[in-house]
Amino acid sequence: MTQINSPAELEEFRQEILSRRGPDMPCLSICAGAGCMAFGAGEVIAAFNAEIEKQGLQADVDTKGTGCPGFCERGPVVVIYPDEICYLQVTPEDVPEIVSQTIRKKKVVDRLLYVDPNTGEKATYESDIPFYKNQKRNIISSNIKIDPKTIDDYLAIDGYSALAKVLSGMSPEEVVEEVKKSNIRGRGGGGFPAGRKWEGSRNAPDKTKYVIVNADEGDPGAFMDRALLEGNPHLILEGLIIGGYAIGAHEGYIYVRQEYPLAVENVNIAINQAEAYGFIGENILGSGFDFKVIVHKGAGAFVCGESTALMTALEGRAGEPRPKYIRSNIKGLWSKPSVLNNVETWANVPLIINKGADWFTQFGTEKSKGTKIFSLVGKIANTGLVEVPMGMTLRDIIYNIGGGIPGGKKFKAVQTGGPSGGCIPENLLDLEVGFDELTKAGSMMGSGGMIVMDEDTCMVDVARYFIDFLTDESCGKCVPCREGLRQMLKVLTNITEGNGKEGDIELLEELSEVAGDASLCALGTSAPNPFLSTVRYFRDEYEAHIKEKRCPALSCKELITYHIDPEKCVACMICFRKCPVDAIDGAKKKIHVIDQDICTKCSTCFEVCPSRFSAVQKISGAPVPPPISEEERTITRKSKAK
Amino acid sequence: MSDILVKIDGKEVEASEGMTVLGAAQSAGISIPTLCHHEKLEPFGGCRLCIVNVQVGDWSKHVVSCVYTVEENLVVSTRSEKIDQIRKMILELQLAHAPDSPQLLEFAEEYGAEKDRFEKEASFCIHCGLCVRYCDEVKKKNAVGFVDRGIRKEISFIPEIAAKECWGCKECFELCPTEALQAAYVLAESLIAATPSFKTEPEK
Repeated sequence: MTQINSPAELEEFRQEILSRRGPDMPCLSICAGAGCMAFGAGEVIAAFNAEIEKQGLQADVDTKGTGCPGFCERGPVVVIYPDEICYLQVTPEDVPEIVSQTIRKKKVVDRLLYVDPNTGEKATYESDIPFYKNQKRNIISSNIKIDPKTIDDYLAIDGYSALAKVLSGMSPEEVVEEVKKSNIRGRGGGGFPAGRKWEGSRNAPDKTKYVIVNADEGDPGAFMDRALLEGNPHLILEGLIIGGYAIGAHEGYIYVRQEYPLAVENVNIAINQAEAYGFIGENILGSGFDFKVIVHKGAGAFVCGESTALMTALEGRAGEPRPKYIRSNIKGLWSKPSVLNNVETWANVPLIINKGADWFTQFGTEKSKGTKIFSLVGKIANTGLVEVPMGMTLRDIIYNIGGGIPGGKKFKAVQTGGPSGGCIPENLLDLEVGFDELTKAGSMMGSGGMIVMDEDTCMVDVARYFIDFLTDESCGKCVPCREGLRQMLKVLTNITEGNGKEGDIELLEELSEVAGDASLCALGTSAPNPFLSTVRYFRDEYEAHIKEKRCPALSCKELITYHIDPEKCVACMICFRKCPVDAIDGAKKKIHVIDQDICTKCSTCFEVCPSRFSAVQKISGAPVPPPISEEERTITRKSKAK
Repeated sequence: MSDILVKIDGKEVEASEGMTVLGAAQSAGISIPTLCHHEKLEPFGGCRLCIVNVQVGDWSKHVVSCVYTVEENLVVSTRSEKIDQIRKMILELQLAHAPDSPQLLEFAEEYGAEKDRFEKEASFCIHCGLCVRYCDEVKKKNAVGFVDRGIRKEISFIPEIAAKECWGCKECFELCPTEALQAAYVLAESLIAATPSFKTEPEK
């Protein structure tokens, strides 16, 4: 690799890469993100390489494993350029056909295309698939175009041109001004205006300053930052270097959780390549600006996503938030001005610089500009990453992009903002997604987790689950969080186990108020949200648990019993055989009965009973009907209805 | 050092720059309850008992006074219904762990905290960190530290250091707001665990 010494040399080099590739040369992009790899993308890539060699096409086709384009539900995803033909759920067996048909003869393999479940229509191109069509993919669309381990791929899509623009023609103040003008708010959760944060650090008198990437994405079910860091690491680096130049920092840190080994690997490769080309190091692009980047692997604490805890951890101490009332952009890492932004915030920076703040602000709402990536998971047809303009309604995200709730079930709530976010009910589905809108609804933007829940989900149990998560992940330093959550978990567990009592809701509310008012950091102050939002919208479920010992969603194990409806049972013996504790009495032509004293409520009988019979029922809040007499249990071929 | 004039509970107080609200209040004889504060140690902000309301201009918020530093025109209230309610809850939560701590009981009386509101988990330790920080900041020995996090967090002596340093010191014992025996117990426990001859055969 050669060192690139000026913006002009960079452009020259970029043209060289592009001319080597040719605009019409077919390129097979196979998603090598974590989701597709789990579906066997590694084997698919190997099969393509072997097949292309077998057919002697090495010189005519480019094959690459790329970053995640987001449609994880249908992985492995393959996109064939330049036409952008998109194949889903590709297996190694499909590979010879794809190469012979699509690469050689330009014919589309119909059976691998997306089929709209509602209309039956097929979509040939990525842009025709409703999942993608309804998004605004400013950031994540690049993922499928590049091999994250190859810097030339990033350069081919204009990579590092924003850095060149900044270093050759913008003063640091102008960069800060542009970011301020874009009104971009931090994508990590708080939603603090990034430009104001940058300006504070820029103006702070200390000579040593730092810029930091928060890649400690710890929300259960969230993987936006992971996909970006794994799939397009140079974009984050470019943003970070620009940030360093803007505030006057010469060192940047990437705090990435070690549970993301591929992200760690790809970002380290990216740093080495960027150093070799001279985008990191001394005198970057001949500008006189020096900058280095250090990767720090987190040790698995959720609380380190809190900015001051992250900085404490970077300093080599236990990751606990700082109690001081001073902004990190004035006194942060090693008490120096430090700008810490989330992965997605940094990813937006090169775009804002290249296309301008005015371009950026055309997306979104008045107070929440730009696009936001959400990880759409839970009871949703199209699990995956979606990037939408701020202000899109939850309904559009869940139904138009997510494809709605599978299995004919009814939507119940969507949980946004991670463990300390909240649950938003059906009557608020037309809520426009934005920082302030979500907060007003009792939830929050957080880093962009979106967990969809259907009618089978018990909202009290959801609150219990997240509070349980937080009691583990609290740093344990301050009393309202550590002790408050400990007691909240006890009360919520009691309620879900049928031991709730009058006054529990009020006690939870009181504990929530104290944690919200007096905790040391945002983890503690927002920790009661799972309870507060569920009690706000689903109070009746709490009351049913407490007063009637009934779980309306038929989910809390201690509050339900399993019963075989004698009217529906055909004595098929399936549940009888599958019951792991032999709690079911029955025989051929003898209606089955569950012995409640033996039953462990494992739900096996409920799950195995064929849906055409649906004889096994869950009962909550009511006694099990008395067993029918032995005579009645014998099934004689009833000629009913005749 | 320039003097900063603040108002605490209606009383004009002169404070110096960098002083905490707690320090300013104490200098004027206004008492604010604390559990994790110690004059020789860096502010910790863990127990949150010293929470007060501060007001500058037309915004106000609740802050912990052991960490919050004074600024010009600051108006502080050290008692209000809200503050008392928070302190009461904090004390009730802590009393579940250390029901016999004289310090906690004294505050409980003041704030009407119920000793038995929460189920007892007599771990004694209330995680004020006084022993840990004293050993670190004053004695520079780090013989005792916190282990784990969240609701499993506890203090533990490091046997290798404690065996050498603690017998001649024990200064942390009397700092413990629950009772000195607590520290002695934790110390003995870690030393026994680390000394092979003290180990008894596990019960079969």
